[in-house]
Amino acid sequence: MAGMIEIEGVEKHYGGFRALGPVGASIAEGEFFSLLGPSGCGKTTLLRLIGGFDEPTRGTIAIGGAPMAGRPANLRPTNMVFQSYAIFPHLNVTENVAYGLKRLRLGGEEERRRVDEALVQVELAGLGSRMGNQLSGGQRQRVALARALVMRPKVLLLDEPLSALDKKLREQMQVELRHLQRQIGITFVLVTHDQYEALGMSDRIAVMFGGRIAQIATPKEIYQNPASREVADFLGGMNFLTARDIAANGSGFSADLPGIGGISGRLPAGSDPAAAGAAPVIGIRPERLRIVWEGETADRIIEGTVADRHYFGEVTNLVVDIEGQDAAVSVVETNDFGADDIPVGSSIRLTCDPDAFVFMPG
Amino acid sequence: MTGRSIGRGILTGYVALYVAILYFPVLLLPVFSFNNSATPKFPLTGLTFKWYEGLAGNSAMHSAAWNSLLVGVCASLFSTVLGICAARAITRHKFAGKGAASGLIMAPLILPEIIIAISLLVVLLSIGMELSLLTVILGHLLICVPYSVTVLVSGFEGFDPSMEEASRDLGETVWGTLRRVTLPMLMPSIVSSMLVTFTISLDEFILAFFLTGTEPTLPVYIWGQLRFAAKLPNVLALGSILIALSLVMLTVAELVRRRAEARTATT
Repeated sequence: MAGMIEIEGVEKHYGGFRALGPVGASIAEGEFFSLLGPSGCGKTTLLRLIGGFDEPTRGTIAIGGAPMAGRPANLRPTNMVFQSYAIFPHLNVTENVAYGLKRLRLGGEEERRRVDEALVQVELAGLGSRMGNQLSGGQRQRVALARALVMRPKVLLLDEPLSALDKKLREQMQVELRHLQRQIGITFVLVTHDQYEALGMSDRIAVMFGGRIAQIATPKEIYQNPASREVADFLGGMNFLTARDIAANGSGFSADLPGIGGISGRLPAGSDPAAAGAAPVIGIRPERLRIVWEGETADRIIEGTVADRHYFGEVTNLVVDIEGQDAAVSVVETNDFGADDIPVGSSIRLTCDPDAFVFMPG
Repeated sequence: MTGRSIGRGILTGYVALYVAILYFPVLLLPVFSFNNSATPKFPLTGLTFKWYEGLAGNSAMHSAAWNSLLVGVCASLFSTVLGICAARAITRHKFAGKGAASGLIMAPLILPEIIIAISLLVVLLSIGMELSLLTVILGHLLICVPYSVTVLVSGFEGFDPSMEEASRDLGETVWGTLRRVTLPMLMPSIVSSMLVTFTISLDEFILAFFLTGTEPTLPVYIWGQLRFAAKLPNVLALGSILIALSLVMLTVAELVRRRAEARTATT
């Protein structure tokens, strides 16, 4: 089945500079799809190409089976929530939401009904007469959402819609957006640089770097089996360990890590340890390393020295030097057992589960 | 007295002197216009309205005023329309030669006006155009457009380009977007542009002097009257009326501009 959005070989050049691509993706109907990456990775460029604000230099985009080449934004079945919200300050909330409906000439009755419905959907009922420039950040975001949804688009595009909100409101809106998307069932394409936002809201994520898509997968797959070191590092931090020998066996591998010993782990799909060269890299997430306290034992003990300590309230991040490894590893431990009191410079014993290691291609 | 308050005293004195030198001569105008002596000098000899009454029946003055109004309205209207186009191109688009184009638009601001006037006169005559109010309007456009562009560029910069994109995204056409979003958002700048260019055109003398045909604008008419000493009090009365009108117009326009600005402020 063809997806709601089919992106094939899309590139965008500015002068001689290729800002994007080539990229390809197929986004399903009703999917919550995120474009995640650092600033300048091309994610907003791609979103604007989908929305029809720019034309791709090469490649094609089809929405709902129809090719979009040459169709400007006003003729596409997409609507956008802008990063700045772009609420019209000279119109009130109702006029803002009804802006696009005016051209449809629905008649006053039907128009009012749809505006009211949209305002209820985003929990803004009763604020219709408020002017666009008398709204709080969260309210502006809701108006932008209602103004787009009232058009009943096939695809809703969201350009970093939560980045201007404070942390509490942002987390609340993440839940609400996800809820809203499930309720109305249309395709959402979200651009974000916030990994937690992408992980928490999306059905699938495309991680982008330098104008290319590095990986498209479910949040869990991307977190557990990142396709590259860049992806692993961008999503939640990753310790990179150097291995001596590595050998693939089926969907896994075995390797020897200086200072840690023989381990086995997972191979991300399509990766080949044989191509990794003389110093293959093995990754382990900071939360998969645990402290072995006095009197405890473990199958595997990794000896190290605490080089630094960062306190984060519920957890502490310990930076630990391991003999034989060039880079220090970071260990995230809850503070229940006193990880926040371990002095810098003291020796420490760490352990981890056997399935915690993953091979890191390129 | 501390050093700081001495400094303050000096600055206050400086500002007072500055303002006095700037406005004292202007204030003399209405004072002498009500004086019944034919020469503007102290001591004042008595209150009269005769200079104003003299203006009421002066049809040459009336037609000059009408000409100025016509030229001012046309120049400010066209200049603002052209300014909107240029400012939009400068702020929203990238194109080859943009720096040169915007530089050349601004150039009439620093070119000596008399040079512009003479060259325009030569060109207009050589292409066989007769001197009329139209040529004055064209001349005034040249010096008004830079002001319009300056005011409107800051207007465009002051509003988020994604508002125009949002309008397109919601199904509106290019022209619909201009009408429903761009122009309302620009309204404070449009009012400022019309006001500034109207006042520039209204009191512009050099270009009007060279380019006017048989229909003088007000400054050209006033200049002509100054050759006759007996007409001076009438000119003073006319000047006083102009000052009063300018004040009223400025106040009204500023009120309109503030209202529009409050409506379109983004935060």
